[in-house]
Amino acid sequence: MKSSEVFNIAWAAILKNKVRSLLTMLGIIIGVAAVIVMVAISAGTEAAISEQITSLGSNLVFVQSNFKRGGAGGGIPEGGLVYDDAAAIAENVEGVSGVVVEQSATETIKANGVVLDSVTLLGSTADFPSVRDMDLSDGRYFNELEVDRKQKVAVLGATLAEELFGEADPIGQDITVGTTRLVVIGILEEKGLVGDVDYDQRLYLPITVVLDKFTQSQFARIMGDRVKLIYVEINEDANLDDTILQIQLLLSKLHDVSLDEPDFSVTTQQDIIGTQEATTAAFRSLLGWVAGVSLIVGGIGIMNIMLVSVTERTREIGIRQSIGATPSDIRWQFLTEALLLSLVGGLIGVIFGIGGAWIFGSVSEMRTVIVTESILLAFGSAALVGAFFGYYPANKAAELDPIEALRHE
Amino acid sequence: MSTRMIIETKDLTQIYGMGDARVAALDGVSISVYEGEFVAIMGPSGSGKSTLMNILGCLSRPTSGEYFLDNEDVSDLDKIELAAIRNKKIGYIFQSYNLLSRTTALDNVVLPLQYDRETERTTEEREEMAVKVLEMVGLGDRMQHQPQELSGGQQQRVAIARALVNEPVLIMADEPTGNLDSKSGAEIMDLLHRLHSEGATIVMVTHDPEIATYTQRTIHLRDGKIDKVISNGKKAAK
Ligand SMILES: Nc1ncnc2c1ncn2[C@@H]1O[C@H](COP(=O)(O)OP(=O)(O)O)[C@@H](O)[C@H]1O
Ligand SMILES: [Mg+2]
Repeated sequence: MKSSEVFNIAWAAILKNKVRSLLTMLGIIIGVAAVIVMVAISAGTEAAISEQITSLGSNLVFVQSNFKRGGAGGGIPEGGLVYDDAAAIAENVEGVSGVVVEQSATETIKANGVVLDSVTLLGSTADFPSVRDMDLSDGRYFNELEVDRKQKVAVLGATLAEELFGEADPIGQDITVGTTRLVVIGILEEKGLVGDVDYDQRLYLPITVVLDKFTQSQFARIMGDRVKLIYVEINEDANLDDTILQIQLLLSKLHDVSLDEPDFSVTTQQDIIGTQEATTAAFRSLLGWVAGVSLIVGGIGIMNIMLVSVTERTREIGIRQSIGATPSDIRWQFLTEALLLSLVGGLIGVIFGIGGAWIFGSVSEMRTVIVTESILLAFGSAALVGAFFGYYPANKAAELDPIEALRHE
Repeated sequence: MSTRMIIETKDLTQIYGMGDARVAALDGVSISVYEGEFVAIMGPSGSGKSTLMNILGCLSRPTSGEYFLDNEDVSDLDKIELAAIRNKKIGYIFQSYNLLSRTTALDNVVLPLQYDRETERTTEEREEMAVKVLEMVGLGDRMQHQPQELSGGQQQRVAIARALVNEPVLIMADEPTGNLDSKSGAEIMDLLHRLHSEGATIVMVTHDPEIATYTQRTIHLRDGKIDKVISNGKKAAK
């Protein structure tokens, strides 16, 4: 029998029971669609995360404090980074193009008759816009001199500027933070959410002002001029590892600690992206297992229906055998039917998967990226499942005794 | 009469079951059927007619004994070889027609040609052959009809066309008129008789002594053995 004839017989058998065929394919359809949608979501999330991380600024190195707990009974932390470390890094380490220290606080601010509670103040040094890749839409950022002199100047996040001043030009206007009056000198361009931080809702001040005026809490008194994090921007052409080593040597010398047991740690953007990728990869392999299980369930559904089909068509099998069909003719006929069920199911699953990923990406906050490999993988697995679970029923049909089969009602 | 032997069996024995349940459905049956003969097999229920037909039709193998079909020993062939023999050398006509449902008369008749792996034929050639035999059995105007749209007599004629299309050396008919009224039954018997007069070799099981008179010889079975063989004067004898 020609393969086109085998195909026609199988196709006719599937069309004969349209609803049943569709229900049989359901497991495969869901499995394949699930693989494509899940992979699209995790790929989209991964892309969004790495984009966000790089949008923080290129070639960024994070120097973090590792506080040690103080001696007996004292909960007072010792060691860690101090404000002056930032300046030391900027002065002594080669290949550094900018250093930023941040210290945040929360205050009520008033301006233009508007009062806003619990606004985050971000104290930083003058390199902040370049290191963190922030542009100004109007005015300017404060400079080093203003930081050193604790000048009472402020830069507004985009949303904050609109909430306080609306259409009016905020540059040169007064703004009262807590009880301190400052002058607005610039407005940042919209940045949006990065991670869960809204950069547009913040007020940017010289770090010296924040340390001096707005961190009068218990915590601040204990911490003194300690800082949690220093951002260091490295030159494009500088050697990253070399620069990191210089920072480590410098800080361990300043803090008088050994490099084996430092009171700080240095991480690069690549480290963070790598961690994120490891997380999403683990997530993805979990999804792979889930999808794999649903494909297997779909395969069992196919096997089940094929067994029913073989029983129903026992007499047909007997007729075919009596006029010369060999066991392999019969086996191929039913195997083709199972394969066709899984392939058509796979195809419908691909369509639903692509459509589902697209709809999911457009109606939800999440981003989805359709990965071609996931389509091939899902479709290929569906075919494999069809062949695997179709073989047993097909073989059962092929082994039927012609006389018994013909006698079947 | 031709001296070419189509069927020659020696001591065909078919045993079912074991121990106390042991039944010899066939017990040492030796028969010969020559080319162009029309032979009837008769006997009471349980006498072994179906068992003999299954072995002669290469649907099963005997427990012991030899069977030469068209001078080829087929008693020891495997499933695949038996399938090829059924396809090339034997045409079946069943009591219940056994056509594929929801399949046109033409497609039913084409089927044996599709399972013929020895002869290369195009789809057009196959259809041409099928059309020819359908016209021969008088169904030239019913080729696109499905079995459920045909009368019993017409269905049996489709089955006869299907049995003939591969030009077999032997036609096996198991109570071909058993499901038909007497008028359609007579039409089918006339058709078989015409095939016989054109040279076909036919072995037919029947319960009806009237039907048996269409044949040249009647082999009577009883308890798996040949009881008697009666030569008929072809329809005339009674
Ligand atoms: N598959 C089988 N298994 C066991 N016994 C069988 C089987 N087929 C037939 N027989 C027995 O063999 C004997 C002959 O049966 P069968 O050839 O069907 O007779 P007939 O067709 O003449 O009525 C009967 O006794 C029957 O019960
Ligand atoms: Mg019987």
